[in-house]
Amino acid sequence: MFEEMTVEFILGHLNYWFFILLMMTGLYVVIAKGNLVKKIVGLNIFQTSVFMLYISTGKVEGGTAPIFPMDMKIDPEMIYSNPLPHVLILTAIVVGIATTSLGLALIIRIREEYHTIEEHEIAEQETKISLAELNGDQLISGGNS
Amino acid sequence: MLVITALAVVRTRSLFAVVTLSGVFSLLSALLFVTLDAVDVAFTEAAVGAGISTVLMLGTLALTSRSERSEKKTQIVPLLTVVVAGAAMVYGTLDMPNFGSPDAPAQTHVGPEYFERIPKEIDVPNAVTAILASYRGFDTLGETAVVFTAGIGVLMLMSGLGRRRKEDEDDPDQEGGST
Repeated sequence: MFEEMTVEFILGHLNYWFFILLMMTGLYVVIAKGNLVKKIVGLNIFQTSVFMLYISTGKVEGGTAPIFPMDMKIDPEMIYSNPLPHVLILTAIVVGIATTSLGLALIIRIREEYHTIEEHEIAEQETKISLAELNGDQLISGGNS
Repeated sequence: MLVITALAVVRTRSLFAVVTLSGVFSLLSALLFVTLDAVDVAFTEAAVGAGISTVLMLGTLALTSRSERSEKKTQIVPLLTVVVAGAAMVYGTLDMPNFGSPDAPAQTHVGPEYFERIPKEIDVPNAVTAILASYRGFDTLGETAVVFTAGIGVLMLMSGLGRRRKEDEDDPDQEGGST
């Protein structure tokens, strides 16, 4: 009995664990990679796996898509999946594309200013600039070396 | 397959390939949404995730650079963070109901109520449309506001792109930082 329960439990939760694995992959890309475009891609992966997690909570065993017959006579035997997560995720996808496009526009702007989209190179330039400001008059001789 | 694609994104250096892989990832997830009965979501994901965002990213690549430079930074701290966060989330799922179980809290509360009310109150066959436009109309209004704000932000950031680029060409000293 107990043995059977554990197998059922693992199978019933395996999908969540896969989504968490995907989520963590996305998070790793966001944290560890220095390239800004790659960070955005990682953010998208993270986002999509959160969507999958939500949608999978709405699934009902043996259910079908929540679309009724045209005459609205719903068969009481018919099982439909829960439409509420679908609605929420539709909204989230559109908001996600909005944030993605804003991020990409920011990247283009950063590239214009720093001529690079690598995080550590931007940091180097920032240090150089602040050092130059500290040195004041030595800016001309120090900046070109 | 989704996992393989995601891992490929981590390993690949060519940004063009990364963007293409993210399109592949979106399409695969749209397939997954179909099998999870969320056809509307699959639609949107295929159009928005695989279509528009790939196009936007390719546009960004055209304006920036194509490949990622290697860096010698140590990767252990982010890996550790990710493993700890993932373990915490797996611990959280242990309390969740089994996948697809009909007596999960999500299925017993508002879901059935919508199924009873939609035929009487809205009379739209697609339950997702009915909820999106009627019961959760304010969400959709908020979403439009977000998209509008993002659009304004993008326009403000991108305006004068050509003008500034011309100024850069006139003044070649600024190119010194790029190497």
